[in-house]
Amino acid sequence: MQAAILDERKEQIHRTGDSPCEIACDKDSLAGAVSQRACVFCGSRVVLYPIADALHLVHGPIGCAVYTWDIRGALSSGADLHRLSFSTDLQERDVIFGGEKKLKAALLELIARHQPKAAFVYSTCIVGIIGDDLEAVCRSVEAETGIPVIPVQSEGFKGNKRAGYQAACRAMFRLVGTGETTGISPYSINILGDFNLAGEIWLVRDYFKRMGIEVVANITGDGRVDDIRRCHGAALNVVQCSGSTMDLANMMEERYGTPSLRVSYFGIEDMADSLYSVAAHFNNPEITERTKEVVRREVSAIMPELKRYQQALIGKKAAIYVGGAFKAFSLVKAFRMLGMSVAMVGSQTGTREDYQELAAICDPGTIIVDDANPLELTAFLEEKSVDIFVGGVKERPIAYKLGVGFCDHNHERKECLAGFSGMLNFAREVYASVMSPVWRFVP
Amino acid sequence: MSSMPPKYVSTTNACKLCAPLGAALAFKGVAGAVPFLHGSQGCATYMRRYIISHFNEPIDIASSALGEKNAIFGGGPNLKLGLTNVIKKYRPELIGIATTCLTETIGDDVGRFLFEYVREVNDPALLPKLVRVSTPSYSGTHMDGFHAAVTALLETLAENVAINDTVTVLPGLVSPADLRHLREIMVDFALPPVILPDYSDTLDGPALSRYQNIPAGGTTIDEISKTGSSRAVIEFGRTLVDYHGGGKFLEKRFGRTRHCLGLPIGIRETDAFFNVLTSLSNREAMPANYSAERGRLIDSMVDGHKYLSGKRAVIYGEEDLVVGLTAFLSEIGVKPVLCASGGKSGHLAEAIRAVTDGVLAESPLIRAGTDFFEIAEEATALSPDLIIGHSKGYPLARKLAIPLIRLGFPIHDRMGGQRILHIGYRGAQRLFDEIVNAIIEQKQTASPVGYSYM
Repeated sequence: MQAAILDERKEQIHRTGDSPCEIACDKDSLAGAVSQRACVFCGSRVVLYPIADALHLVHGPIGCAVYTWDIRGALSSGADLHRLSFSTDLQERDVIFGGEKKLKAALLELIARHQPKAAFVYSTCIVGIIGDDLEAVCRSVEAETGIPVIPVQSEGFKGNKRAGYQAACRAMFRLVGTGETTGISPYSINILGDFNLAGEIWLVRDYFKRMGIEVVANITGDGRVDDIRRCHGAALNVVQCSGSTMDLANMMEERYGTPSLRVSYFGIEDMADSLYSVAAHFNNPEITERTKEVVRREVSAIMPELKRYQQALIGKKAAIYVGGAFKAFSLVKAFRMLGMSVAMVGSQTGTREDYQELAAICDPGTIIVDDANPLELTAFLEEKSVDIFVGGVKERPIAYKLGVGFCDHNHERKECLAGFSGMLNFAREVYASVMSPVWRFVP
Repeated sequence: MSSMPPKYVSTTNACKLCAPLGAALAFKGVAGAVPFLHGSQGCATYMRRYIISHFNEPIDIASSALGEKNAIFGGGPNLKLGLTNVIKKYRPELIGIATTCLTETIGDDVGRFLFEYVREVNDPALLPKLVRVSTPSYSGTHMDGFHAAVTALLETLAENVAINDTVTVLPGLVSPADLRHLREIMVDFALPPVILPDYSDTLDGPALSRYQNIPAGGTTIDEISKTGSSRAVIEFGRTLVDYHGGGKFLEKRFGRTRHCLGLPIGIRETDAFFNVLTSLSNREAMPANYSAERGRLIDSMVDGHKYLSGKRAVIYGEEDLVVGLTAFLSEIGVKPVLCASGGKSGHLAEAIRAVTDGVLAESPLIRAGTDFFEIAEEATALSPDLIIGHSKGYPLARKLAIPLIRLGFPIHDRMGGQRILHIGYRGAQRLFDEIVNAIIEQKQTASPVGYSYM
């Protein structure tokens, strides 16, 4: 078991109960550790990806673009430019002589072809090395085409995924404040950090609509450039997945004075808390009343079926490894609601505060891990003999090889797991895997 | 007919992957090996995700996880630390180190780093084999990375030991099912094979009670060392005919006889392969079970030929796969109208001509170095009846409302990509049944009557 953990990694693993949570985190991944993390580019790409009427051009060799082609379950209600994978496909001669000309020609070609509302140009590792002046190329194409053309400083090696989130936020912030804000209700919000996987943002928007609150911009699920341009007109930023979009909320608070709230739409408890805290912010009795009604109606609609899953799942054990730690809080609570315990929880990009908060809500003996890798995860799953593992595509084969159930809670998923009905879907997913007859046959 | 200059500057929906991915796949086919990418962390993680989604197996690819300082001062220290950590955790027999665009561009001298690394450890004899390959992602495709890794393995490990009776087979990027069938064929011909790489177990393993850090299976280092003195070398891929890769290396360095054959897809290309095996094994004819398979295949082709006659197909994927499929389609009366690949070996057109000459009345349109934007543009104008290739052609098939016959890599929207058999008479039989049934199903579904008897 100990053999699975390298000395340099020991400080990034904590077991609750024995001592205060002094976990090390927000470090560069250790060479040779086979981290589950990706890179700066990945961080930027996942955040901006769902903006459906923008052109997303990856400036670099083909890999970065092709591995991120149509991989997210982020739905759009209209434009779907985000589902195409655009690249300058830099070749050896471009690396030697520079890629600026090719970039400009590619941008002009694609903008003419697709008529996007804006273009994001992602910098990749070698662009940072060969020194292409992205800013200059973007400025000149912007002047020629009349649409915002925004460089994203996402060179893969310049930090970890969190740095990519920040680069994405800085890129979006260039759009904010460039649109008209007249006619926006005083009871208005922007939804930050929901990516509309399987239509989740539509569900959440519907709750807000029923509460009497206007949503100005989706950032970024089912996102639109024009909405982001005017989102500084909203009264409040409601931020989920805080790692990815909190920086934008902070920048908006500083420049426009827009306050923000941290929320989570996963699990009944957190979903209801989120709506109540938004209602409390506006402090309007009608909104408060309508919010209670939304929660009452939604919860009562799912409870009968949810109870059936609870009965089957009570006492089962789960492990969690996700991208952001904030989602992990909600998952711990959601499992508790199902009568299940959580034996291990970890994330790629959590902060010290995130992990301390996690340690506070987890049972004693829970393993908390930052930036884990397959062999550590395997060792933890084996030690804790869990019934289900929640993660993404890279975690799935680990669970399955160990004969453990799995629930995909990452951005590739096609199941709606947010909101009240999402909790029911989550319970169904967990039930479907944990209770499958297939485990009788695994060795 | 030869490749044309690119029509567009930009690439949309590429029909290729980058070189390090191919190298990582090839290294996965060596026993006890861990692939290691010298570059930023994202490369390894993205490729793992991409490969896992096809094979549904754990795919551990290590990374030197370079940061900003390393990009400026060189990645040597991280590479060495990474190797040490991989050795500690995985206890591998071999580490396959592939570069990326980042480390190629900053000019890291991996050869020197490895030389220093070996010198710095206390007991070099305890080190795993370190095999390095240069795979800048701005050059070539995943196939170039794949072949380069195979070549590097041979260059590093092949030896001139006592002449043995093995036959080395370099199959290229085929499925685990293909690799298993290939081995079966060789064994039936009584030709002990060294298949490099062989990821038939490592990328398609059984359910286990204990997790294996490195999945069992793969070509052993001992087997690879024997290739320098094996009886012959068979290398699949018509576009590799003058490629200075693994086959040519064994030919030049050790004087092994090299047979560069087309990927054995369809009747004639499989015949050519079986002829070589027949001659190598000093037999009069192929084993009876294969001639029976061949007979059944031809019988079924007769039974189904009317359904397929004149049907128009778009084929895309790796160049050698496209060549093999084009050969087969032209045998069964399907008209290949567009043969496309993101690769640009420079040999695609010539190879397609070679496998269609005398069989096809009209040459298909051939596009090398292309992407799915162009493929879709051309395909729409050609009104095809079916599309053949990996999962990434699905949007096109959906748009044209015609069947997609899924094969090759990656299969991201169906189960069992690793179990798709492409090669041999048996592979052709499976392909034939799938293609003819897709056409029949299309006809059945479109019919207002709803016949259950077609």
